[in-house]
Formats: sequence, C-alpha cells, structure tokens
Amino acid sequence: MIRLERVSFRYPSGLLALHDIDLTIQGGDFLAIMGENGAGKTTLAKQLNGLLKPSEGRVTVDGEDTRKVSVAHLARKVGLVFQNPDHLLFSETVKDEVAFGLKNFGFTPEVVEKQVGRTLEALGLAEYADTSPFLLSGGERKRVALASILATEPDYLILDEPTIGQDYQQKERLRNFILQLYSQGKAVVMITHDVEFVAEANPKVILLSKGGIVGQGSAESVLSRDEMVNRASLVKPQMSRLFGSLARFGLPRDVVDVHRARLLLEEKLGGVKETVTTNS
Amino acid sequence: MAESRREIVVAKNLGFKYSGAKKTAIQGIDLSIGVGEFILLTGPSGCGKTSLCRCLNGLIPNFYQGEWTGQLHVDGLDITTQPTSELSRKIGYVFQNPENQLFALTVEKDVAFGPENLGYSRDEIRKRVNEAMKITGTLALKELAPYELSGGQQQRVALAGVLAMKPSIIVLDEPTSFLDPHTAEDVMGAADDLRRELGLTIVVVEHRLDLVARYAERIIVMDGGRIVADGNLEEVLDEQFDTLEGLGVGVPRVSLLWSMLRRDGLLKGKVPTHVEDAASALSGMMTH
Repeated sequence: MIRLERVSFRYPSGLLALHDIDLTIQGGDFLAIMGENGAGKTTLAKQLNGLLKPSEGRVTVDGEDTRKVSVAHLARKVGLVFQNPDHLLFSETVKDEVAFGLKNFGFTPEVVEKQVGRTLEALGLAEYADTSPFLLSGGERKRVALASILATEPDYLILDEPTIGQDYQQKERLRNFILQLYSQGKAVVMITHDVEFVAEANPKVILLSKGGIVGQGSAESVLSRDEMVNRASLVKPQMSRLFGSLARFGLPRDVVDVHRARLLLEEKLGGVKETVTTNS
Repeated sequence: MAESRREIVVAKNLGFKYSGAKKTAIQGIDLSIGVGEFILLTGPSGCGKTSLCRCLNGLIPNFYQGEWTGQLHVDGLDITTQPTSELSRKIGYVFQNPENQLFALTVEKDVAFGPENLGYSRDEIRKRVNEAMKITGTLALKELAPYELSGGQQQRVALAGVLAMKPSIIVLDEPTSFLDPHTAEDVMGAADDLRRELGLTIVVVEHRLDLVARYAERIIVMDGGRIVADGNLEEVLDEQFDTLEGLGVGVPRVSLLWSMLRRDGLLKGKVPTHVEDAASALSGMMTH
C-alpha cells in the first residue's frame, strides 16, 4: 500500500506544488489523476516513488517512509513511466532498453530474455526488438519506455500521460494491458488529461487543482459534473456533453462512454421506432 | 475558389526510406496544398506523417539520410536543392514538446532567436518579435523565463518564435499532446488566427480529430507511408468512416456513436463531427 498523509511539497523556488494530500493506493486499484497544466500531477507522481520527498506530511510504500529508503530500493516496487520517453531511453536496441532494468535487478539471462519477449509482444513492439529506439516514432518510443518499466513487474505502476502520441488502437491495447495488470492485483495510477480515454477505461478519478485534491469518484460521477470538470480545467467527454443536452428526454446525464451511450440510445430510439410503427 | 487557388506545397510521387530502415517511411505521395488551407494530417502510429512533415521543412533529406524519390516544392522552393537556412524562413515547425524548442533566458530573446540568426537589423528584429508576440498573445510574458511558463504558454511562445521568421506555412506536429483540453483549444485557436489574419497555411498533425475538427476543413489520412484518404473533413468522416476506424484514427466519439446506431438501422443521415450537431439531430428524432 502507498499512503500519503497530509502531504505538502514546496519546490526550492518557494512554489507550493502540493498541499494537504491524503491518498491511499492499494493493489487492484486503478486511479486516474487529472487536472490542469501545473496542477501538481507530475509532482504528485514523483512523491509516489520517492523521487521527491514531502516537505510536510509523509509518504509510505508498504510501510516504509520514502525519506528513509533509497529510490533504487523503491524502484523495485514502484515503476514510474515519464511523460517524455526521451528522458528514459538510451540503449542501442529496443530489446536492450527493455532488458536494462531487469538486468540491474539481477535476474538471470533466461528470465530477462523471456520477460523482455513477453513484454514486447504485449505492447506490439516485437518487430522492433533489434531496432534503435531513436529510429522509432514518438508514439512507439513512448511504448518502449513503458515496456522497460513494465518488464520489471512493479507492484505499483505510475504512468505519466501514457496516451500522448498514441493512436486509438494503441490506446485500446494500453487499456487492455492496464485492465490485466490491476486484475492481477497490481495498482495502476495514470496521470492524464485525456478525458475520452478515462471515460472508456473507467478508473477512479482523483481531481487535482492548484496542488490540492478537489474531487474524487468514478469517471461517470466526476466527468459528467460541470463544476468539477471546470475546476480542473478539463472538458467534459463528448458523450457527457451530448447526454447533458438529451436529459430532457428522460435519459441519464452521467453517461461518459460511448458503449453505454449506444445501449441507452438503442433502447430509446428502438422504442421511438416501435411507437411510430404502431401508430401508423 | 478553385480557379484562384495558389499552391504552396506540391509533391509528386514523393518517397523516402531512412538509411538502415527496412521499410520505406513514405511512398508515392502526390499532394497539393493551397495557400491558406488548414489541414489535419493524421493516421496510425508509424504511418509516415512525421516523416512527411520532416520533408516539408527539409529536415529530410538534409539532416536525415536515406533514399529520396520524387519531387517536393514548398512555396516554390525545391526541397532537395535548397539549404535548410533558406527553407527555415518559409516553413515554420512547431514540435510536440515545447520544452525541446525553447532555450533562451527570456521569452522575448527566444522569440528573437530566429530573426537574429537570419541577420536582420535590430529594428526589423524588434518589429518582428513584437508582431509575433502580439498575435500569439504572449507580449505579457516577454520578461519571463520559458521554464516559468505553463505548457500552453510555452507552446504559444514556440509558435511566436516560428512566426517571427515570417513563414508562409506552419507545421504543428502534435502540438497539443502535453496540454490540457482548454489549453489545447487555445493553441489551436491561435493557429487558426494566423491563418485568418495573415493568410498562413497551417498543417496540424494530430490523433484526436475532435480537437482539430472545428478548424480544419481538409483531412489527409496516411497509412503505411501512403495517403489513403484526402478531402473535406466532414465528407471523409461520413463516407470513409469504417476505413478511418479500421486504421485506428481517433474519430470523434459522437461520430462513432452515430455510425454504430446507423449500422443498427436506428437512424440515418451524415455522421456528425460535433456534439452540437449530434445533439440537435437526436433531439429532433426524439421530439417526433
């Protein structure tokens, strides 16, 4: 369990980036931390693996205070995938890149090879195993960075803006992968302002604004409420905007994903059609 | 409209293969872009859209080595024979991550960097910097350091820096990736202002169609290094919806919803691009 208790963080410049954050992350959790640019999302992510230590309050990972253990020690449990993949990539081939962390953790060559193969396969990167990461597109490099962290199977996986530069199919793949991880009991925390991705992936949403938590709940309950969404400078998902204006026909307002929208409208329009047929 | 159309980009059978790569990055590209168009360039990850943009500003073949085929002219210049210094005056390029583009100590110095390097007089530089900052709404930030800015402000400053070179075409490669939705909208609006007020041609590379649909009239879709769809955005979305979805293009969610219900036989008519259009069409159906 990762626990943040009354965590505040001030950068050396004096900027108060986080204040009074209380948050618990357990195995099987799937959280999305959302908020405007500069809300403190990335600063919060860095608290989770000890890259930054709280100025006040405390962060514990499985009971260990992040101020008392090394980042290297925490890295075995908490994997953080940065927003910009180029901050992470340096090896000559994709395979080596993904193997790097595993080798550092002292796994045997057989385990490393198997694990690398499995991860590349899962993320659709197998064909690039022997390619230089720097010959890949931005979206592909991003997946290599993700693969290099995933391969070490951290208990807590923190993804900073994982959907940037990913096309829709890649997002679907990512969504399935995350689902698989948290159903295996891992915790997945993603930082994102991709409201459409959140609407479909349906994590628990933590809304951050100006360094504090201003709201939390299911994707449906948070993303369909104007006051919440505006506060964090987000835009409501398209389905929520659509159903907001269809509420007068007796349809629910809290619809955020397209599949639920489809079912509701099938029922509604199917009903309309029948009525029309019966009357004529 | 067609008779007065002046071309700014003309590509004939353009192709490129990076040295050391197994596959060609782009091939058989025939393309004509008119002055003042706002174009959305999209396609699945690795489809060749960034490579095509790199051709437009001469990074290919000047900095990336490989096999070039066909012809490309931008604003009358042959990309293969012009030095990049010459091309950089005509073609502005805004990268995905503004952090990679900003480096001076103040915003003003950053915006001045391009025109300084082109060797203009001090007065001319000051004039260009002022104009560029005014139209991008960054004048108030001029004394700040780029790292003090928010993502959206940084992206606007990057746009100002490009604009101070007085280019005739600006390519924005996923400019909104790092931005929250409001800020993304803001940057897209700034690009559209440049098109309307200065007649610039804008090419935006983006996965999320809903962000750009409001501004772009034309969409170009690439797959496997080729152009697979090119035309009016609303028409392409309506007529080739299944192709786009199959390619993994991030079609607006309302368009997806509409096409599913249309497939079910529950409604008819053109696939809407905007929430408002879908809402009024559905309201109409339910009222009757």
